[in-house]
Amino acid sequence: MDAIQISKLTKYYGKARGIMDLDLTVKAGEFFGFIGPNGAGKSTTIRTMLGLIRPTSGQVQIFGTDIRTDRETIMSRVGYLPSEAVFYHGMKVRDILKLSADLRKKDCKRDAEQLCERLQLDVSRKVEELSFGNRKKVGIVCALQHSPELLILDEPTSGLDPLMQREFFSILRERNQEGTTIFLSSHVLSEIQRNCSRAAIIREGRLIACGSVEELSRTSAKRVSIHGSVNLDGITGIRDRMETEEGVSFLYSGDINCLVRLLAQGDVKDLSVAEPDLEEIFLHYYEDGGEKA
Amino acid sequence: MTLVKHEWKQGRTALAVWTAAIGFFIVICVFMYPEMKSEMEGVTNLFASMGSFTAAFGMDRLNFGALTGFYAIECGNILGIGGAFFASLTAIGMLAKEEKERTAEFLLTHPVSRMRILTEKLTAVFLQITGLNAVAFLLAAGSIALIGETIPWKEVGLLHLAYYLVQLELAGICLGISAFLRRSGLGIGLGLATVMYFLNIIANLSEKAEFLKYITPFGYAEGADIITNGSLDMGMLLPGILFCLIGIAAAYWKYCRKDIL
Repeated sequence: MDAIQISKLTKYYGKARGIMDLDLTVKAGEFFGFIGPNGAGKSTTIRTMLGLIRPTSGQVQIFGTDIRTDRETIMSRVGYLPSEAVFYHGMKVRDILKLSADLRKKDCKRDAEQLCERLQLDVSRKVEELSFGNRKKVGIVCALQHSPELLILDEPTSGLDPLMQREFFSILRERNQEGTTIFLSSHVLSEIQRNCSRAAIIREGRLIACGSVEELSRTSAKRVSIHGSVNLDGITGIRDRMETEEGVSFLYSGDINCLVRLLAQGDVKDLSVAEPDLEEIFLHYYEDGGEKA
Repeated sequence: MTLVKHEWKQGRTALAVWTAAIGFFIVICVFMYPEMKSEMEGVTNLFASMGSFTAAFGMDRLNFGALTGFYAIECGNILGIGGAFFASLTAIGMLAKEEKERTAEFLLTHPVSRMRILTEKLTAVFLQITGLNAVAFLLAAGSIALIGETIPWKEVGLLHLAYYLVQLELAGICLGISAFLRRSGLGIGLGLATVMYFLNIIANLSEKAEFLKYITPFGYAEGADIITNGSLDMGMLLPGILFCLIGIAAAYWKYCRKDIL
């Protein structure tokens, strides 16, 4: 079954672009990554998925139900972590968690306690006294305490220290193994690469790539690092060229034979040809998009 | 009822402060009455001879020396303005504050329909206004009994009922405005209550402006009319009820469609 099915989704804010013609499907049980820089339309997509904003056209189905027809039923199965967790002034963490559980008509005490312990969150503090990272933890517990079937996370790790990030992702992986679908929006690519099975890349409101993380990483481009001196004049398909003291490194997407012939003419002490990491892929998608645009 | 409880908790400090302030001044004014009564002659003549100022507050038609007349004017200014401010501020913030403080995202990502959120918030506003007025009425009756006067139940009851209705009307209108706002509307709330109050004063001053009484809720809460007629003017009350219902309907219409950014 599809956990999320977005078809032809378009949102304009007046004349300003939000997202355009977005098609995206996330299967139940997937750990899905959603990548894009600030302002690309990640939050707009998520807000439309949650029914916070109404699409200009197109539709969103969560677990096969249109978000506009039955938001309440969908929301009872969804946990959402906003990028900036904001809570009611003057309330204690404990009261916020209770309010969230009450609004869901569920008793989540046991899960909440466990999560707070794992995230080292003090429930007796008032929310406005908390640091950004600790407020984020409150958001995480609110999103997870009712054991949702679908978790939507918007920039979840901002503000969390590395140890907490590790703990957080280990919780997410456990939940994912238990069957929870996870939709992770982020611009931290290593997070996506380490945790997600599939990912989509969004740029200027449009989806520019979608596939398994492996597939996305496997483009024709290779990261070539040469130790020595080679004359690279006249060869095409080189990008992101970096000269170092002992050689040169670049992304190569041209004909491998040309490269090999060229290398044979030079003085090569050492050579490595590797798959680029997602970070480089990401830049590749963005630069290509930029050229087209 | 989770949200009603939540709103009540969130608003209880403000409610307590407003109730205490309004109650305190009502009691003080009632306690001043025995002294006023002894100087009744002079006071009545003085207030009756201030020209348009007298008319503005309906004092040309009220006997300031009698408890009902005195109470209608004093209570009118304290509970009338104080209550109107409280009701407007509470209602105008009810929906807008969630967006201003960015808690709307938290609230609306729970399995609660916008319709229910609004209904519960409306209930919370209603309960807060009712609470304030109940306490104000008890304090008024109690303090009148304390100074040894017989309580004019009908007049005091009608006056308090009228101000209660004024507050409900303003709250309904402000809730409607609140649904359209993304930022705090405190200024709009205060402004609306103030403008309505002055519209009534203008209507009192000039016969040409009397139609204003059908626009401002203070028209049907005019102490002089209530005491003289012994009833509320339905002709002025009905438009008020209509404005209130339009405000609430607008709130539902807008809030159920609104993009939460």
